[in-house]
Amino acid sequence: MVIDIQDMVFRWDAGGPAVLALDALAIATGERIFIQGPSGSGKSSLLSLLAGVTTPQQGKVEVLGKRLDRLGSIERDHFRAHHIGYIFQMFNLIPYLSMVENVALPCRFSLRRRDKALVRSATLEEEAVRLLQHLDMAHPGLLHRPVTALSVGQQQRVAAARALMGSPEILIADEPTSSLDADRRESFIRLLFDECRQAQSTLVFVSHDAALEPLFDRSVNLARINRALAKAEWREDT
Amino acid sequence: MPILALAWKSLLNRRFTAALTVLSIALSVTLLIGVERLRTEARTSFANTISGTDLIVGARSGPVQLLLYAVFHIGDATNNISWESYQAIATQPKVAWSVPISLGDSHRGFRVVGTTPDYFVHYHYARDRGLEFAQGHAFADLYDAVLGAEVADSLGYRLGDSIVLAHGADDVSFTRHEDKPFRIAGILRRSGTPVDRSVHVSLQAIEAMHVDWHGGAPIRGLSIAPEQARAMNLRPKAITAALVGLKSKVATFQVQRVVNDYRNEPLTAILPGVALSQLWSLIGIAENALLIVSVFVVVVGLFGMLTALLTSLNERRREMAILRSVGARPAHVFALVMGEATVLTLLGVVVGLALLYGLLLIGQPLIESRYGLFIAVGAPSAHEGLLLGAVLLAGFLVGSIPSYRAYRLSLADGLSLRV
Ligand SMILES: Nc1ncnc2c1ncn2[C@@H]1O[C@H](COP(=O)(O)OP(=O)(O)O)[C@@H](O)[C@H]1O
Ligand SMILES: [Mg+2]
Repeated sequence: MVIDIQDMVFRWDAGGPAVLALDALAIATGERIFIQGPSGSGKSSLLSLLAGVTTPQQGKVEVLGKRLDRLGSIERDHFRAHHIGYIFQMFNLIPYLSMVENVALPCRFSLRRRDKALVRSATLEEEAVRLLQHLDMAHPGLLHRPVTALSVGQQQRVAAARALMGSPEILIADEPTSSLDADRRESFIRLLFDECRQAQSTLVFVSHDAALEPLFDRSVNLARINRALAKAEWREDT
Repeated sequence: MPILALAWKSLLNRRFTAALTVLSIALSVTLLIGVERLRTEARTSFANTISGTDLIVGARSGPVQLLLYAVFHIGDATNNISWESYQAIATQPKVAWSVPISLGDSHRGFRVVGTTPDYFVHYHYARDRGLEFAQGHAFADLYDAVLGAEVADSLGYRLGDSIVLAHGADDVSFTRHEDKPFRIAGILRRSGTPVDRSVHVSLQAIEAMHVDWHGGAPIRGLSIAPEQARAMNLRPKAITAALVGLKSKVATFQVQRVVNDYRNEPLTAILPGVALSQLWSLIGIAENALLIVSVFVVVVGLFGMLTALLTSLNERRREMAILRSVGARPAHVFALVMGEATVLTLLGVVVGLALLYGLLLIGQPLIESRYGLFIAVGAPSAHEGLLLGAVLLAGFLVGSIPSYRAYRLSLADGLSLRV
């Protein structure tokens, strides 16, 4: 198991309402899992837990055999730097860095990923260009363009290259296709699949768009398994 | 280190506001260090107004008052010294030389100093600089005058010109010694001392001007022509003060006591260096006020940086979340903003110093010729270094405010990009 969650309850504020309450969620190595649920169902909160930015108030969150709920915040930050590639919905790039610098960014915070990247290529820049090439972003005309001048689709591909830099074990994507055109969505997801297969990474992909579900190995509907949500809805109904 | 590289690139990306911030810090640093340097130079130049003179003797008064009228020609003496008393002191065995000074007349706002040609030999300033003649020579004839550089410059006088002196400090027509005009025999080189602003004539000339005067007004019906006056007894009856040089400095306090205990007349002898520093401690208040104002200007400059960094934070929350997603700790986010504040302050200090030295190089000859104040363009002094260190420290402290805020924000935001 890459990810193993059991009897977990999470709230953003100590005294606030529970945002997530999961009995069990397990994800196997190399799996490409689709997590769906309407807006506000706690998808991003779940990803924050997996990335070790937050910890649950109860239960277990185990990632790569590490009990994140028992690690200190600095250790969790290190853990994220070493093992997790993260893609946001949009505006993924640091505006004052070049495309290659953006892609190489994780190696500034993780020697482990830096070493892994340098196994494949002689320099970090070379590895960044290689990844960008795979994602069809290494045209000479594109490489030197300021990242703010890229289209949304191009920015997402650069973000994917960055998440893949140094081959982290887990790739987390939080609605990465929501700002893309329908015909671009599928090709972007296929690119991600290819890269994850090559890097042998597990892909946790989140979206509210159920139409993408058939592309994945497995899908989880948070609206169904998040008991915190069911309770809140039940309360609203009465 | 990599975080500093990020900070640098982030600043470059906002180079316009960053440049403005640097400029405002730089200007405030230029002002601060410029004021500090001017202050020290003014203080040393002030302390160097008169040197080589061991004692200044005048009628009994406070040391600062005596210094003010005898050296700076500001204000008036309460009393004169009789010529006999002056002679008694001048002939003391420990006295090497003495120069009498007689004040009371003026010329178009400049004080007239009645003295002897020895004045030009013995008056020293700075460590060991004597007065020099730019043109001409000391007075040779009874009706010769020697002008300070400022007098000649501002009134446009040249050698050989004729001038009329006036009785008292106010140069109005009915007090002028119209009948006895003076010829300009010499013009002194600029010294940056009160000598620049004085008109010098001989003691006998002062007597000659006043032979037909009594109690501040011409004696009615009596008019003695200049040529007639030459033949009269022009021995001065009294002088205002005297500069005294001793054979050995060891005797200073001894001679001072002799003067202070002089029986026939109440007299005071002061040590010019001591009186100068007393006087400076009075003026020093204004000088300190100037420094305090420039310190506040630096504070304002740093507040500019605080505002610029704080306002940028909100639009940078996304950037912080991205950094956190690739493994940056909240401490890294703190370091990023701190790095920017440090770079801004450092650049501000460096640019400010460069600006100051540029101004000094251009302004130095101007200030020296205009005010006789020589400003050294050397490396920053220890005290200036201290001030610069304080600016950097203040930059750190001010920078830690937005840094801490960024830290808190990134801790609360995590990876969520809620704007
Ligand atoms: N950083 C945060 N701090 C506090 N509350 C948050 C934060 N992020 C999300 N929430 C809250 O958690 C709940 C779930 O939101 P989220 O996990 O973003 O859902 P989704 O991604 O499915 O839209 C919402 O009520 C949201 O307001
Ligand atoms: Mg979300």
